[in-house]
Amino acid sequence: MNIMSLTAVELGKKIKQKEISVEEAVIAALDSIEAKDEAVGSFVTVCRDKAMEDAREIQGKIDRGELDGPLAGVPVAIKDNMCTEGILTTCSSKILSNFNPAYTAEAVLNLQKAGAVIIGKTNMDEFAMGSTTETSAIKITKNPWNQEHVPGGSSGGSCAAVAAEECHYALGSDTGGSIRQPSSFCGVTGIKPTYGTVSRYGLIAYGSSLDQIGPVAKDVTDCATILEAISSYDAKDSTSVKRENYDFTSALVDDVKGLKIGIPKAYFEDGLDSEVKAAVLNAAKVLEKKGAIVEEFDLGLVNFAIPAYYVIASAEASSNLARFDGVKYGYRTSEYEGLHNMYKKSRSEGFGPEVKRRIMLGSFVLSSGYYDAYYLKALKTKALIKKEFDKAFEKYDVILGPAAPTTAPKLGESLKDPIKMYLGDIYTVSVNLAGLPGISLPCGVSSQGLPIGLQLIGDCFKENNIIRAAYSFEKSMTYNRCDMAKQFD
Amino acid sequence: MKQYETVIGLEVHVELATKTKIFCSCSTAFGGAPNTHTCPVCTGMPGSLPVLNKQVVEYAMAVGLATNCTITQYNKFDRKNYFYPDNPQNYQISQLYLPICRNGRVEIETEAGKKSIGIHEIHMEEDAGKLIHDEWENCSLVDYNRSGVPLIEIVSEPDMCSADEVIAYLEKLRLIIQYLGASDCKLQEGSMRVDVNLSVMEVGAKEFGTRTEMKNLNSFKAIARAIENERQRQIELLEEGKSVTQETRRWDDNKAYSYAMRSKEDAQDYRYFPEPDLVPVVIDDEWLAAVKSKEPEFRDAKKNRYINDYNLPEYDADIITLYKKLADIFEKTTDICKLPKKVSNWLIGETMKLLKEKAMEPDEITFSPENFAKVILLVENGTINGVIAKDVFKIVFEENIDPDKYVEKKGLKMNNDEVGLKKIVEEVIAANPQSVEDYHNGKDKAIGFLVGQTMKAAKGKANPGIVNKILKELL
Amino acid sequence: MANIISDETIEYVGILAKLELSDSEKEQAKKDMGNMLDYIDKLNELDTTGVEPMSQVFPVNNVFREDVVTNTDMRDAIIKNAPAKKNGSFMVPKTVE
Repeated sequence: MNIMSLTAVELGKKIKQKEISVEEAVIAALDSIEAKDEAVGSFVTVCRDKAMEDAREIQGKIDRGELDGPLAGVPVAIKDNMCTEGILTTCSSKILSNFNPAYTAEAVLNLQKAGAVIIGKTNMDEFAMGSTTETSAIKITKNPWNQEHVPGGSSGGSCAAVAAEECHYALGSDTGGSIRQPSSFCGVTGIKPTYGTVSRYGLIAYGSSLDQIGPVAKDVTDCATILEAISSYDAKDSTSVKRENYDFTSALVDDVKGLKIGIPKAYFEDGLDSEVKAAVLNAAKVLEKKGAIVEEFDLGLVNFAIPAYYVIASAEASSNLARFDGVKYGYRTSEYEGLHNMYKKSRSEGFGPEVKRRIMLGSFVLSSGYYDAYYLKALKTKALIKKEFDKAFEKYDVILGPAAPTTAPKLGESLKDPIKMYLGDIYTVSVNLAGLPGISLPCGVSSQGLPIGLQLIGDCFKENNIIRAAYSFEKSMTYNRCDMAKQFD
Repeated sequence: MKQYETVIGLEVHVELATKTKIFCSCSTAFGGAPNTHTCPVCTGMPGSLPVLNKQVVEYAMAVGLATNCTITQYNKFDRKNYFYPDNPQNYQISQLYLPICRNGRVEIETEAGKKSIGIHEIHMEEDAGKLIHDEWENCSLVDYNRSGVPLIEIVSEPDMCSADEVIAYLEKLRLIIQYLGASDCKLQEGSMRVDVNLSVMEVGAKEFGTRTEMKNLNSFKAIARAIENERQRQIELLEEGKSVTQETRRWDDNKAYSYAMRSKEDAQDYRYFPEPDLVPVVIDDEWLAAVKSKEPEFRDAKKNRYINDYNLPEYDADIITLYKKLADIFEKTTDICKLPKKVSNWLIGETMKLLKEKAMEPDEITFSPENFAKVILLVENGTINGVIAKDVFKIVFEENIDPDKYVEKKGLKMNNDEVGLKKIVEEVIAANPQSVEDYHNGKDKAIGFLVGQTMKAAKGKANPGIVNKILKELL
Repeated sequence: MANIISDETIEYVGILAKLELSDSEKEQAKKDMGNMLDYIDKLNELDTTGVEPMSQVFPVNNVFREDVVTNTDMRDAIIKNAPAKKNGSFMVPKTVE
């Protein structure tokens, strides 16, 4: 049996039934990382010794009956923007390259309580700013399906690690599509939950009003199970929402009869790759055949989401990233004259070009004389976009579309033209602006052999609608494992 | 020279008396070793998030209500962005767009008469850490123990025109806030900080002149000196045909001089925007009424009550109500001993004297009303005489001991033994023939000396009435 | 390009953001920011008269903590990452002249 080809829930079951020990599972993951990661580059930190230690401890708890959840003993990889006490947390940035947090992020703590073993931290676009994981200051991550291509971003390391079967599942974060787009590019499944569902405490902020942590896994069952484990009301996060319902696995039902699915016409216009278009529309057909009511509709303001998003996210980022100044933690330049020179040199040497670009833009749009024209205008646009979705969800349970306009681009192409890269976020950013849940799951493979992702968007707090639709769709698909993952079969 | 008038507005920062910081559960206690009252939130650790202390909102509301402000029912916090090492996130969470209180006023009285001073707004914000300059290593050390301590900033209208008015306004604010228990308002310790915005204009001019902001004012005296100095400086500039630059200046009270705090690295562009990590604070009528109902009796009402109900002279009532602590002690002690004027005398007399000797503030008083009342009753029922009472009170003031037990233990009860005292008086008369002669020659002072000598011989415990009586008989 | 970013603007934003750009980075930043603002100007096509700016998506209000001290001394953990420290304090270049 190949332990790594199991899903997280399958592995959890086998651990529970004592068919596989936690230690065996951890060793399998570590071996897989050892074998593949030089090629893929998913991990920035691998916690070899700590993971083995944790494996023994968790096995003990399972044996004593103290842990019996579905994820007990299953190894997990964490995106490197979530604080983990005792494990470096770098945001893939030089400025945090030596940062050892004093505490662990709430979502990660929730996983640890469920018996997860942290196997390592995954590469990402620096401070989650990017769509290819190429802005990482640490390393390049490659798409396990084709190593000449990017894994997407910013949670590229998490998605590549799951696709290459270096771990059973991972946590990512999504500010403008950073879970859904790389999931789509890597042929894995990822959920961006409703804003406020997963605590942001310990997630190093990019755009505070948009950031959410979510699961990246091999299938919908895993994602729903993980989401159930990481979601909680957290008194430490003022934007955490007390939900009535944290039960997501009950939505794992292969039945979409009567489910109303809307397809925004604007999502299928210019700029959408024809193969992606065909695969996504085919997915809609599959769901229709299974009894869903599918129709096209006009979703307004689709083209205003990206400019509004980049104003809001950059503005918040310019303020959130001000704390990286060489005083309390992280990188400080070696030579400086006086305080302000120390600030400037530390930050200029510590941040990469994409981060600087967004900090500059964010500082500008908030500066005296421009606040109303840019920032306030963007917040008003956000209000209107939210209204458009509210209207849509009066009619539909689920909105269906692509996760990204194309399959994964080649390495080294995207950063040449930032605006073109930003335009790739067209189907994902509005979901963050409106605080909605979205899932991305594989719906096909292109003629080039690259995966295509389907995105399902739900109304706020209605994750269960998209989980049910995604699960039903998945049941009608044969799961494509990537070649890299098959290496050890 | 032309005639000028001065226009002054104040920005007053007050540290609120909460147990914890505004956005985290760290203690606000003074005096910890550097950075021992810190956590990821108040040191700006990546990923940490603020959660608002409810008590901060209630104190801010209470101050707003007491200063006749309109309370904002839909409140938000904003980020003020600027880089400085005492500000760990390099932004301060404050309120710009929707401050909690607006359009208030307080009434003041100076020699120039009564006046109403407008309050533009009161907002909530977090304090910064402390920078200590290390001369040995030519560096600064940052301590975040004060980082995140809650502040309210009270911004007045430019309604004041003299140092007298400024001080009257500050006294008034200080009393209101102390009575509310929202802060101890100590200028020297920085729990009340005053920035003075001042401009001058020719008498009759329609537009205000350019103003400056003066910082680092640590006492009422410094404030008065700085105001006079800055007024002169601006007038001199104008008289020389120069103009006043809008800037922030730092007052050096030792040199009686201010200088501009300028830096090309400070753009003074704070890029305020709504704090995305906090949700709005909505204050409904019910909450407002609940805070209003807890409002204490303020000074003027108290003063009138003391005059009317306790028959205190206005002079007494005025002094006692100047400090909430004194008023509290007065009321509790009077409740026990039912002797308001006696309590007042002890407070205004001995208590004030000891406070002055020890350079203490009334807030630092530690004796209990119970023990204080006992001292007064011991005198009143003739157990001890007035001289001993002062000694006993001093010990109560210092150590809050039980005066009944103390008097018993030390044997300080008044000596009422006429036979014994007569003997002592006889000895004193025999030993001081000159004084006896003086007395008979009409020098009344002489009897005082003889009483003193008798008291001394009786170890201070003699009943002075009896001693007087015996002396007059024997002479 | 509709938005021309001047040297002064880039200089000014650099002061605000505490970023020191080389000459070539400045040229690139001028171009990038101009392009981005041209793109963002698309928002002007949208009539937002009378629209309330939305900073939080959900109408959640009044999230408070009670005023109770629960944190204990964790100085060592707080200060351990400091690039320079002395006597339990963070060390920075002198802040006054």
